[in-house]
Amino acid sequence: MTGPQIIFLAAAAVTLIAAIMVVTVPRLVHAGLWLILALAGIAVLFILLDNGFLAVVQVAIYIDAIAILIIIAVMLTRAVMSDTDPQINRMWLASALACLFIMAGLLGIVAQAPAASPSELVEAEVSMDALGRALVDVDGFILPFEIASVLLVAALVGAILVAMTPARGD
Amino acid sequence: MVPLSWYLALAAGLFTVGLFGVLARRNAIAILMGIELMLNAVNLNLLAFWRYLWSDNLTGVVFIIVVLAVAAAEVAVGLALIISIYRRRSTVIAEEIDLLKW
Repeated sequence: MTGPQIIFLAAAAVTLIAAIMVVTVPRLVHAGLWLILALAGIAVLFILLDNGFLAVVQVAIYIDAIAILIIIAVMLTRAVMSDTDPQINRMWLASALACLFIMAGLLGIVAQAPAASPSELVEAEVSMDALGRALVDVDGFILPFEIASVLLVAALVGAILVAMTPARGD
Repeated sequence: MVPLSWYLALAAGLFTVGLFGVLARRNAIAILMGIELMLNAVNLNLLAFWRYLWSDNLTGVVFIIVVLAVAAAEVAVGLALIISIYRRRSTVIAEEIDLLKW
């Protein structure tokens, strides 16, 4: 057992347990908090994969923005669904069985994965400089970058439009 | 060094846990949480493959950034829809939102 392996196992255990809590705890605010823990575990794994930049992005976007947004939405809609109501539907057993089958299938595929060892990174890790240049380079990834930005703007405008208070007499 | 298959196995587990949340939860917001878990499992897979097999170019990292942007857009629109449905029909329970079901 080397150091990275121990860190991986610890982070993986925390992430999986937190994920299971997210889908099982009855109180939704608690589920949101467990979601934050699961996302933080993923950030640790990103660092383990030598990409500190994406770990920071994970914390900034997922934990800061998305998880907090979800918790705020839970708080805004608390009144209609009390925490004592059943939180899982009556098909949950079938769902669990289907998930188990899918997991078995996925693990069967994973077992055939090549036993690759990570190639030595040329520059100790991906420099943000190279990433930033590649994102706006015509020969690089400018098209996905622009499409993502247009998508974000459209999504924000659409979200505002959808969530707007309906006008009087609507 | 951590073997590649460990990351893939963890991502598979995380994905199925998220899928269970999507299939079994009654509250629409909890379903969104399950979707976030699934997207994170995919990101973990992408980054593991990038690091172990293609770390000489940036495609994997850019892919993850695009997935992040799509996740942010998805959660913004999804929560706006849920809030709007809550306003008009005062429910957030997925099986009661059956206006388009026949």
